[in-house]
Amino acid sequence: MSSLPVLSPHRPEAPGRLARAREELGGWRLVDLLAYGAAWAAGLMLTFIALALLAFLAIKGVSFLSLDLITSRPEPGIDQSKTGGILDPIIGTFVMITIGIAVATPLGVGSALWVVEYGKPTWLARAVESAIEVVAGMPSIVIAIFGLALVQEHLFAWFSFTGEGGAVYGRSFVNAGVAMSLIALPLVFGATREALLTVPSHMREASYALGKTQAETIRRVLLPSVRSNIGTGMALGMGRIAGDTAIVVILLGASLRLQPLESADPVTNFFRGTGSTLTSFVYNNSPAGEGNAPDKAYAAGFFLLLIVILLNFAVSAVLKRGEDGPAK
Amino acid sequence: MPTTFPPPVRRITLDRTPTVVDPSVEPIRHTPVDRAHERGDQRERMTIDDLVVKYAGKPAVKGVTLPIRDQEVLALIGPSGCGKSTLLRTLNRLTELTPGATYEGRIALDGQDVRALPVTQLRRKVSMVFQQPNPFPMSIFDNVAYAVKEQSKRAPKKSALMPKVESALRRAGLWDEVASDLDRPALRLSGGQQQRLCIARALAVEPEVMLMDEPCSALDPKSTMVIEELIRELRKSLSVVIVTHNLAQARRVGDHVAFMYLGDLVEYAPAEQLFTDPRAERTREYVSGSFG
Repeated sequence: MSSLPVLSPHRPEAPGRLARAREELGGWRLVDLLAYGAAWAAGLMLTFIALALLAFLAIKGVSFLSLDLITSRPEPGIDQSKTGGILDPIIGTFVMITIGIAVATPLGVGSALWVVEYGKPTWLARAVESAIEVVAGMPSIVIAIFGLALVQEHLFAWFSFTGEGGAVYGRSFVNAGVAMSLIALPLVFGATREALLTVPSHMREASYALGKTQAETIRRVLLPSVRSNIGTGMALGMGRIAGDTAIVVILLGASLRLQPLESADPVTNFFRGTGSTLTSFVYNNSPAGEGNAPDKAYAAGFFLLLIVILLNFAVSAVLKRGEDGPAK
Repeated sequence: MPTTFPPPVRRITLDRTPTVVDPSVEPIRHTPVDRAHERGDQRERMTIDDLVVKYAGKPAVKGVTLPIRDQEVLALIGPSGCGKSTLLRTLNRLTELTPGATYEGRIALDGQDVRALPVTQLRRKVSMVFQQPNPFPMSIFDNVAYAVKEQSKRAPKKSALMPKVESALRRAGLWDEVASDLDRPALRLSGGQQQRLCIARALAVEPEVMLMDEPCSALDPKSTMVIEELIRELRKSLSVVIVTHNLAQARRVGDHVAFMYLGDLVEYAPAEQLFTDPRAERTREYVSGSFG
């Protein structure tokens, strides 16, 4: 296969963009040119798909989204004009995010610190890394059914509703939240680990050379250094939690309304009860689910998208301020 | 010369950038300064006695004996991989952080074996400045305050730390430039200022000896001059051990100069003598630029 003809050396002064491109690509093999074109096309296509999705959801969603919808509670019913709003799923989504990330962050940051800064014995550190990779690759529905089998044991009865005959229902905010943390954990762990590995060793040595212990070095030097990366990992993890459906359906119960437990403890009743999130609401109200309120499904889907996008903006804004300001 | 030295390690590396050495350049300053060894009144602050440092069994420093005298600057010179940085890092037991590193021989601080001291205490008495300016990602004030705060004590108030922070920044010649904005992130400072901040940080622990591992090699000539001036000033109150690839710098700031080659100490002499009238053939070749 011959190469494309090279432009003549008598080039015009200040060649145009197209001419320059032709000259640059002139010496390429055809295979490379095809691959180059395909790569371009793939990129453009993905951008188009993303924009189309956003536009579709925005047009569909905005037309049904209203203040009334997001501030009123859902009602059971067949006619979608009478089934209320999406307040409960919104609350459910935020509670899921909060519990999940609150559990995942200390675990992820802690294990990353141990693996990178201590990591002895080496085989154990490698085992921890592999284990987290396995968790990262685990479909959330697998996590969910495993979690359900676990929390239906009587040992964990306190965390959810127990039926008259003593059967443990297993579905609650606490149980789903802990399962959700497994989705966010690898992201927090990975971001922290990568960041710690890029902190130059002379930074650690500078602290040791001042007579500081490893613990103090980690607390005062390393953690502030990787703070923004931890934030990024958290934001990614929160996005993943907000978007997960399998765990909500299996471990949260995906009940239309928030259903706090009815026990003597008013504080924990909410967390031991069931609820739904925007994802399960979208599923149940889509033509695939039983609710059959597609308008509300679009509105809820768009709202979910907004939450995730805003979450990312909020985190990057906070991080930016943290980097500029004095470290505390 | 073995190119695999120091051996690659997983986390702790020397982080050295290549240094261009031009030994043919004459020192800029010819007027002899007040050299401590000429006063003849300084005692030995640290002694290094038959020190052998090995990385995974391979010797990097082979039986070096050296005095570190009070109130003088000892400059360690030699080609890359000759063991001078390793020697320096053994003085405050930083080599212990490198997996596989071991050392034999005796290093004493004020007559006491450094291994007998708690390592955190040793490193406050023998503090260190690195090649790359490496301020912590916090404010200027916090960088110095971090050094002042003592382990296992409750964090004192900012006002209580201020005198020590100010005095350290003054000694490092940085106070006038940063006093108005101590809360500024340290990483916003220029390279030369960052390095002086690192010196201030190292001074804040009130050390007896300050180790400097090529402190100017990442800096421009003007910042280098400021730091050299600072080193001469610091010498009045403590001992300085400086590793440098820059022979002119060793001549400018050193009271005594030690030339190392392949882990051996080849020559130890007053600076002027080592550069003008070296006793060993190797030293003559190195300082005249035949190799290195």
